[in-house]
Amino acid sequence: MNLLDPQGPVAAANSTILVDSVFIMLVIVVPTIFAILGFAFWFRASNPKARYQPDFVYSGRVEMVVWAIPALTVILLGGVAWIGSHQLDPAAPVPGTGSPVRIQAVSLDWKWLFIYPDQRIATVNTLTVPAGAELNFQLTSSSVMNTFFIPQLGSMIYTMNGMVTKLNLRADNEGKLQGLSAHFSGDGFPDMMFDVNVVSPLAFPEWVATTAKTDAVLNEDSYKKLMQQGVEKGRPIYRLEDPRLFDLIATQHIPPGPGPELLSDAGRPHSGGHDAR
Amino acid sequence: MLGKLDWSAIPFDQPIPLVAGAVVLVAILGVLTWVVVKGHLPYLWSEWITSVDHKRIGVMYILLASVMLLRGGSDAIMMRIQQAVAYQSQGYLPPEHYNQIFSAHGTIMIFFVAMPFVIGLMNLIVPLQLGVRDVAFPTLNSVGFWLTATGALLVNLSLVVGEFARTGWLAFPPLSELSYSPGVGVDYYAWSLQISGVGTLVAGINLVTTVLKLRTKGMNYLRMPMFCWTTLASNLLIVAAFPILTATLAMLLLDRYLGFHFFTNEAGGNVMMFMNLIWAWGHPEVYILVLPAFGIFSEVVSTFSGKGLFGYRSMVLATMAICVISFMVWLHHFFTMGAGPDVNAIFGIASMIIAVPTGVKIYNWLFTMYGGRIRFATPMLWAVGFMVTFIVGGLTGVLLAVPPADFMLHNSMFLVAHFHNVIIGGVLFGAFAGFEYWFPKAFGFRLDERWGKLAFWFTFLGFFITFIPLYIAGMLGMTRRMQHYDVAAWRPWMIVAAIGMAVLTIGVICQIVQLVVSIRNREALRDRTGDPWDGRSLEWATSSPPPVFNFAFNPDVRGEDAYWDMKVHAQQQSLERDRPEYQDIEMPRNSPTGFVCAFFATIMGFALIWHIWWMVILGGLGAFATFVVFAWRDHDEYVIPAEEVAAIDRVNLEERRGLISMAGAV
Repeated sequence: MNLLDPQGPVAAANSTILVDSVFIMLVIVVPTIFAILGFAFWFRASNPKARYQPDFVYSGRVEMVVWAIPALTVILLGGVAWIGSHQLDPAAPVPGTGSPVRIQAVSLDWKWLFIYPDQRIATVNTLTVPAGAELNFQLTSSSVMNTFFIPQLGSMIYTMNGMVTKLNLRADNEGKLQGLSAHFSGDGFPDMMFDVNVVSPLAFPEWVATTAKTDAVLNEDSYKKLMQQGVEKGRPIYRLEDPRLFDLIATQHIPPGPGPELLSDAGRPHSGGHDAR
Repeated sequence: MLGKLDWSAIPFDQPIPLVAGAVVLVAILGVLTWVVVKGHLPYLWSEWITSVDHKRIGVMYILLASVMLLRGGSDAIMMRIQQAVAYQSQGYLPPEHYNQIFSAHGTIMIFFVAMPFVIGLMNLIVPLQLGVRDVAFPTLNSVGFWLTATGALLVNLSLVVGEFARTGWLAFPPLSELSYSPGVGVDYYAWSLQISGVGTLVAGINLVTTVLKLRTKGMNYLRMPMFCWTTLASNLLIVAAFPILTATLAMLLLDRYLGFHFFTNEAGGNVMMFMNLIWAWGHPEVYILVLPAFGIFSEVVSTFSGKGLFGYRSMVLATMAICVISFMVWLHHFFTMGAGPDVNAIFGIASMIIAVPTGVKIYNWLFTMYGGRIRFATPMLWAVGFMVTFIVGGLTGVLLAVPPADFMLHNSMFLVAHFHNVIIGGVLFGAFAGFEYWFPKAFGFRLDERWGKLAFWFTFLGFFITFIPLYIAGMLGMTRRMQHYDVAAWRPWMIVAAIGMAVLTIGVICQIVQLVVSIRNREALRDRTGDPWDGRSLEWATSSPPPVFNFAFNPDVRGEDAYWDMKVHAQQQSLERDRPEYQDIEMPRNSPTGFVCAFFATIMGFALIWHIWWMVILGGLGAFATFVVFAWRDHDEYVIPAEEVAAIDRVNLEERRGLISMAGAV
């Protein structure tokens, strides 16, 4: 999950900006730290060689330089930020080979549901994508806020109930990656890690076909069961009955997920909550 | 009768809070018994609890902050141990407990450690630096302190009665709404902050008024010590920002108590509004904390370099620039919410712009040291340690202000490391520097240097050993608030961080030992002149500890570095010659208003949390009645006769005379 080992163009660009920004700042930070330690050491009271200049409390030239150094650095970095924000806007397209794959991600308490509307399948806690293709994510939440994040593919984005956020990514190399939720969402939050399988463009349709053969069906009823609070250790797969399911969730036609009161074990408030409703 | 409160509120099944609560309870009872048996109660009541003396109130603020630092620090130790052991396992803390701990840690450290510590130091020192006898509203000052203490009490009560919030220190909805957090935890959080928020607001109003309206003769704005300037900036921010917090939490409470829909998923509630509002307070809040620390470092660096502050006017400008810009950058706390690139870029650049005046401050301290004659007493160590540490925190902060970088690092352990870098390296180091620097002023004896230096080195090294690994973990994709994890690459860094935490703990222990050792050796460490560090500003122109009226004569200020000026130019008409014309001094009478008001506020807060409505009314009426009684008071001042003033002042003058003639000869 190393941010400096990007596996897609977004992550690569993000981490380049990250590293470049650090180096731009180090150019002034390192000399400043040395100056602090150097001045503090040289002008120690016990050093007879240091010249005491109690009246050196203003110098127009020094003032100009000390305002100019951070200002120039910030102008430079501001340019990086402006260009980077536009080029790496999460909603900006990330061209890839082959046709883009649409993925609708829903954060549930406490698992991730990935709906492939065009392939008519859905998966939980595992995301399978073809290498090289543009990945168009639409994201929402069934209940509380979460953040969708695959560190090695780049840019994270919030998921919020009743709203849709957009994110475009691309995975360049086949392999296994990991994703997680980066916004605390309750007791099962640490179990919201998910697998990302980047497969070859040829293997992807095969995987879709295999998955579509499953007996489990995702519709409003099974979704409502899935959105109950709880941790999902397995990796369930579904056939998608209605490709509009995501829209029903995002527009709250399916009401937001219930809180802990329907639960018996995990997430029990140890007090006070029993008669809250 | 008792609302939601019943025996299930006591966590009999959870040994950790129960034992911790029991230990604290026994300690409190022990102290109380000791106080009563030894007959100290009348003294405590008349000299401290009802005191409206800004110095006493400042000391009580700092005491509160120190005690709460131990509580927040214990939470930190528990978290670091949990993350060190919870690899592929649940660790020793279940999620419902761990989540309370990190929420309480953040809440306590910001609201009940950092805030009272800096407000305490400002209370203690600012009137002295301004050369005046008191703050603008002495009784209100006491009310502010006691309401802060109420908030702290309620937070700690949640340890044993009920639970604390499990939502993080900012209680983001919809997680903090009734549907997802039905327990009393969020109510404890919100009511504690509402009550202590009132306290903070009145403290802010009081200090702003003090700086603007009460300055001694000749103390015009551009002669004020830097600490007064940063106090002004910080309290202006308090006055402007805390009402936003109060309003935001009020909306959350309306959602929770009366079925409103400000931030719910349903019925048009909008969680993004909460994010915006809470950070519109939250970002200025970090400057509320760090600006006074900048002021402390300015005083310390200048004093121990034996030089005036370099680029004073530049520093004033930088301070006020930070004060204004800090209100325009809140969105950088949620670049990842999906705002467009223009919005993200503009807020990113605005955030970076704050780095300019901050950088200027670093350079001005640097050039204050240049040509100085630096004495490395403990406060100066903290100041140099701060400068080095804070630059690293500033670097990572500017990095997080670059939106594409933030898209990778937002909410990660890197972020956690960053804000600890600036809050520990900036605010806490500043608080410790101020504590060491002004302790002799408050109590009349210096702190032990050997233990002070040990405390510094352990804290300094411990900080880096703890937080560098968290930076690295963030670069490895680790997000914050993980109760357990399965990623092997994170494990080693969590273990190193736990070791760092142990080193930090040794630093805190050294600080406690320092206090004990210093109290035992207080006669040897006694500061008789009132000017133990060869200081430059007016707080050193009076005795240590200062008399209740601070100055027998309000000093006449002729330039920057008022007291240094007096010493160097020997313009000592008022100090060198004996003063025949001592006059009566009127001082405000002590008042139990603050304590009684907070007593009722505690009852009301507790009752609101548990829905005990009759008790809410009782507490509310009690607090209101306290104000009415105070408003109808007949005698609010008492007179200290001129002879008494003269007697107190002459003792210090004798001691000081030798020192001044020495300095005057320079």
